[in-house]
Order: sequence, then C-alpha cells, then structure tokens
Amino acid sequence: MKIKLNLGAISEPLQSEKLKTGDWGTHYPVVDKEKCNGCKTCEQYCPDLCIEVKEVGEEKYAVVDYNYCKGCGICASVCPFEAIKMELKDIFKV
Amino acid sequence: MKYFGSGHGACPGCGLPIAVKTVLNALDGKVFAVNSTGCLEIISSQYGKNAWGVPYIHSLFENAAGVAAGVEAALRAMKRKDEGYVVVFAGDGATADIGIGTLSGAFDRNHDILYICLDNEAYQNTGHQQSGLTPPGESTTTTPAGKVLPGKVGRKKDMISIAVAHGVPYVASSSVGYVSDIRRKVKKAVKFEGAKYIQIHSPCVTGWGIDGSIAIKVARLAVETGLYPLVEFEHGKLTSVRKIKDRKPVEEYLKLQRRFRHLFTHEKGKEMIKLLQRFADENAERYGLDLKKE
Amino acid sequence: MKKVVRGFYSVAYSVKLCRPNVICAYPITPQTEIVENLAAMYANGELGEAEYITAESEFGAASMLVGASAAGARVFTATCSQGLILMSEVLFNAAGMRLPIVLVNTNRALSAPLSIWNDHQDSMAMRDAGIMQVYVENNQEAHDMIPQAYKVAENKKVLLPFMVCMDGYKLTHAYEPVDLLEQEMVDSFLPPYEPAAYMTTKKPLAFGCYAPPHIYMEFRVAMQQAMERAKDVMLDVFKEWAEVSGRDWGGHITVDFPDSKIFVVAMGSVVGLLRKVVEELRNEGLSVGLIKIRTFRPFPVEELREALKDAEKVIVLDRSVSFGYEGPVSIELKSAIYGYSSAEIYSFAVGLGGRDMPKDFLAKIIRDVAEGKERPGFAFKGYQEFEEVIP
Repeated sequence: MKIKLNLGAISEPLQSEKLKTGDWGTHYPVVDKEKCNGCKTCEQYCPDLCIEVKEVGEEKYAVVDYNYCKGCGICASVCPFEAIKMELKDIFKV
Repeated sequence: MKYFGSGHGACPGCGLPIAVKTVLNALDGKVFAVNSTGCLEIISSQYGKNAWGVPYIHSLFENAAGVAAGVEAALRAMKRKDEGYVVVFAGDGATADIGIGTLSGAFDRNHDILYICLDNEAYQNTGHQQSGLTPPGESTTTTPAGKVLPGKVGRKKDMISIAVAHGVPYVASSSVGYVSDIRRKVKKAVKFEGAKYIQIHSPCVTGWGIDGSIAIKVARLAVETGLYPLVEFEHGKLTSVRKIKDRKPVEEYLKLQRRFRHLFTHEKGKEMIKLLQRFADENAERYGLDLKKE
Repeated sequence: MKKVVRGFYSVAYSVKLCRPNVICAYPITPQTEIVENLAAMYANGELGEAEYITAESEFGAASMLVGASAAGARVFTATCSQGLILMSEVLFNAAGMRLPIVLVNTNRALSAPLSIWNDHQDSMAMRDAGIMQVYVENNQEAHDMIPQAYKVAENKKVLLPFMVCMDGYKLTHAYEPVDLLEQEMVDSFLPPYEPAAYMTTKKPLAFGCYAPPHIYMEFRVAMQQAMERAKDVMLDVFKEWAEVSGRDWGGHITVDFPDSKIFVVAMGSVVGLLRKVVEELRNEGLSVGLIKIRTFRPFPVEELREALKDAEKVIVLDRSVSFGYEGPVSIELKSAIYGYSSAEIYSFAVGLGGRDMPKDFLAKIIRDVAEGKERPGFAFKGYQEFEEVIP
C-alpha cells in the first residue's frame, strides 16, 4: 500500500497530540479541589499544556490531562495555595 | 484554540514550551513562527508530529532571522501583513553565535519582526556545549571543569546591548520564571514597527542539572540575584527594569545547579563565584535593579 | 523590440517582466549589475508591488528567499562563485523544501587563488543540490530563459529551485542585440504565481520539518522524481516558448551535424565560437559535429545516448574540474552513454579562471583528436608547463 507523503515534508498543524506523553514520568500531580481557587498559575506554567482550570458547576479548579502530563512537578511548585501534590505512580512503588 | 500542542518531545520541566505558548497566546496565535535548528525545533517539528498550531517554518541553524525577514518582506509585498506577526524562536547559540550575521542584517534593515531568543545558555540540543551566552564558570561538555580550568572562562555575550546598538526600536529581556512579564513584553513589543528583540531566560533541566520541579524557582533566582536582569529598552532608552527587593547572593542560584556545582569545590571556584557576583553587582548598578529602602 | 544591451540588463529586464514579489541580493562581480539594474527599477517604482531587499550576505539573501518563497512569493536572486557556495547550505535546504526559487548564476571561478573571471567551477559544485541548471549561450537566450525558468520551477509536477547559468563577463558584460520581451507576452506565458502550499494563518502548515530514518529517504526519492518529471515539463515549456516567442532554443541539448563521426560537447558561451570552429573544420573535410548541453540538471541522459550512439570520438570541453578525477560534464556524459555508445571519450578541462580560448586553440584540440594525436582520457588544455616550488 502506498503511503501519503506531503510535498517537502510539510506537516499539518497540532499533530503532536497523537503522542501521549503521559507515561514518561515517575510522578503525577493530584489537585486538591478544596485548596485550589482556579487562579490558573499552574495552567500558565505547565510546559506540556495539560493542566487547565475548568468550571464544574459552582466550582472552579485545575484539571490535569494525564494523557500528556510528564510529571515534571512545575504545577505543584508554582501553586500559590499548595493545592497540588506530586505522587509516585504505583508502578514505581517498591 | 491551542497554538502549541501537547505531546511535544520536550524534557519534563523544560522552559521552552512555557515561553513559546506564552508568546503565542499573547498574540492570539496571529503568528508566523520561524524557528532555528535546535531543541525547540527537534521537540516540536518532526514530520507528521508537528506541535505547532500556527504557520511555522524551520530552515537552518543560522538563518532564522533571514528567513523571518523574507517572510515579512513577502507579506509586505503581497499586502498580507494583517494576517499575523512574524516571530522568530531561536536558541542562544543560533542567536549569539552562528546566526548573528543574519540577525544583524535583519536588525539593520529593521524588518518588522519579533525575534525571541530562548536563552538556555548552551547548545542543549546537542548535549550541553558552550555557546556565546553560556555564563562564565559553567561546566559544559566543551568547557568542562577540569584540574586547571573552572568551566567556561570568558563572559556571557551581551546581546541586549548588541540589539540596542543596532537601533532596534524595542529590546527586552525576560524569563520563563515570570510568564506575566513575557506576556506583557510581547504584547508591547508588537506595537513597535520594525525589529523587536526579546531574550527569554529558559531553564534546561538536563543541561543545568536541575529537577523539573525547581525549574521555575531557579529561573527566578537568576533574576533575584541580579545575574539575569529583566530590562526593557524603547528606541534605545532604558524604560523599565524589574526591581529586586532583597538581592540574593549568587551562590543561592549557583548551588542548585549541577553545571555550577564544581565552583564550590574547585581551586578556582571561589574566584569564579566572586566574578559572577561582580557581574550581578554591575548589572544592579547599571540597571538600578536594587529597590532602595526609603 | 530589439535593443543593444548588456547581459546584465537582458536578465534584469526579463526578471522585471516576470513580476517577482521579492528580490534579495548581495553584490558580487560579475553579477552585481544585474541586481543594480533591478535596484534602479525598484527605486524608480518600476517593479510594481515587489520588495527589493539588500542582504548582508549571499547566505542572507538565499535565506530571505526561503522565507519569502515559503510565504507564497515569487522570488529572485543572482549570484556567482564565492556567493553561490556561500548560499549552498540554503540552496540544498530550499530544494528539499521544494521551493521554486529562481536564480541567475553568472559563472565565475572559485578561490584560491581568487579569480573574478569565468569558468563553471561554481555551479558545478552545486550539482547535487537538487537545483535545476540550464546553461545559456548568449544574452538573448539568458533573457528568454527567465520566464521559462519560473514556469518550470513553479509547475506543480516540479517545484524545485531553478538556476540559470550564464558566463560571467563573456555574457554579463557583453553588448549584444537582444529582442526585449513585451510585458503582455510574458504575462500570457507566465501566469501569476499560485503556490502549491504556503505559510498562512488560514491553514497553519509547518515547513521544514525534520524526518527520522523511517521517512527521510522518501523525501529524497520524491526530489529525484520531481527532477525526472522536470525533464518533460522543460521540454513542454521550451516548445511553448518557441511558439510564442518565435525563438526555438532547442531541447535539453542541441546537435549540429548529427551524422558526424566526431562530436564536440560544451556548455555556455563557448558554444557560439565552437559553432564557427566546427563549420570551418567541416569545410576542411572533417566529420565533426557540435553538441550544446543546455540542461545540466536534470541531466539529458537519453538525448546524449541517442546523439552519440554512432559517434566514434567525443570531445568534452569542461570549464571545471573535479580534482582527483576529471571534468564533471565529462564524468556525467560517460556515465550517461555507458553501454549505448562505443565512442572514445576525450575529456579536456579548458578556460579555467577566464583563460582565453581562441578559435585556433579550440580548432587545434579538435584537429589533434581527429588526427589521432590525443589519447582518450582526461587532460588540461591551454596552460603553461610548470614546476611547483615552495618559496
């Protein structure tokens, strides 16, 4: 079967999202909805564009897309309310 | 609408995507991105796995400013300038070393482009080699700390002054440690007609030898010690600086990073730290960084 | 309208008629007056909406053309010699990005020693870049080639850079009567450029992506296929040009006296003189014909096989040398006709760095080969015997 080959290696936009980088890290962030006030600091600093403040009913808090989170811990480090904790993934627990 | 996608290949904790998404969002994605060869290019532009949601071009390592000038000239000639801003994303080596020729040409002709230098202070894509923006005392793979030498000897090229000297209408430094500062400067920069230069300090977890979780803290310490002053020049005049309340000694910044660790044990380490402190003090003096107590 | 003009002007005027959007250039002898002419047109508002950008180097000029071409502009530059090889990294890149950049190379020698004079060493060094190369014989052919170059390069079956090669000084500085084209005719021959894909926020594509081993090779195969398709596209364009302009410059090669036993093969301005030489030698009773190679990339393999199938001796006059082997045109020609012709190949590198090639000199080479005074193989002709010493 013939593959499609774009002229001159031109690429379509936003194709990286096919790559789920969520299995890269050892840790993952857990958001404490009580402490989170939806200030979006974590959202602004996340290098993997995978934490987003969402409004759920009356509440507003950060939601992590674990499909892409590499577990760098930046969100937890910048959170002004200590609302995010990094936890070790189960498979790395001895 | 995302202008830079998840799933890119940056190391966990890399500063580059933070800077890039902040710039793209600040301009609402009205951007023609021009990228030099390097970390950012490699993590974002593999054929079929493109992370960019804006029109993007990568040509060579050393010609991003030239390519951007060409894009800008074409948009001008074809009356398409309203479509978006031409923004270069280039590393420190691509900017201050190998690409300074085309950058100087683009500055000199004053093309209407925004040139963002993503400064992670070494050739990190190829494994942490010295560039013109590597600070003295840093141990890189081409300036390793050895029995005689304490890492890089020399200084960090002052690209801000080089840009200002070209008569570029807007020049600024910023840091991934302060995304609101990046956002503000980018929004301001594009209001100027002509060439704009913003140099953004961007932590590199592998090259600097830090954990991603402290990347932002380290980036902020570079500013808080005076080693990376955040300044703004409009039409050659210094118009703003980020003031520092209680400027911290450079050791606080250096000790967190593997690239400077040898300075605390090396025979010439003390001398090197003194030199870096002197640079920080000079920055404070030159730009008036210290917030004077009333 | 026929006018006596210099080579520079014949090119610049033709470029203007092609309505480029962006011209970027850097001065270098003997190209400079092409871009000076364009700069004067720009200063006088004669280039329409085009932007003329003075680059900080040929490398910068080529880089700007990459950006402008990717953004959807029709672009032009001219260079030669050191300028061309300074551009080379960008030009290899532009070919891979499949950008239909058109440039004129005013062929000049390479340093060291520095020489501003004519030979083909510069463009020959670019033969593996993925750039089409056509060599012209005179200033009318140079003038006519520019619209054809755009039409071929921009054809969706091709999309590769196109380099028109004209001999520095011998053509650039020469005054010749040139029938200057009319805008209306060029407009109907060369429609406005409609890029296949270009940078736009309306459809945000990424150009210049990198390719890992699982996909890189396919892009290089695609370039080769585009080159192969260019052979046919060029023939169509050449033919159409002959019809609309009334000047038929031939196909990839032209053959004078096809039934000859001996053939001289050459490219560029020397062909004009060789035509005279061959005519005179034929009057002496020598069975000699002349092959002018117009298209060097893509290489006219089938045409040469056909033209040389019954030849007994082939004399290749190269204006360049691949040090450690021989003249590049000869190398290519031998490989093209291998197995298709039993002709003996006499390969000579001549006229390097502007060394004069008078009529008698050229006639003697051909006569000596005809009379069996030369051996097949490679030799330089027209240099002084010397002993190299260390000062």
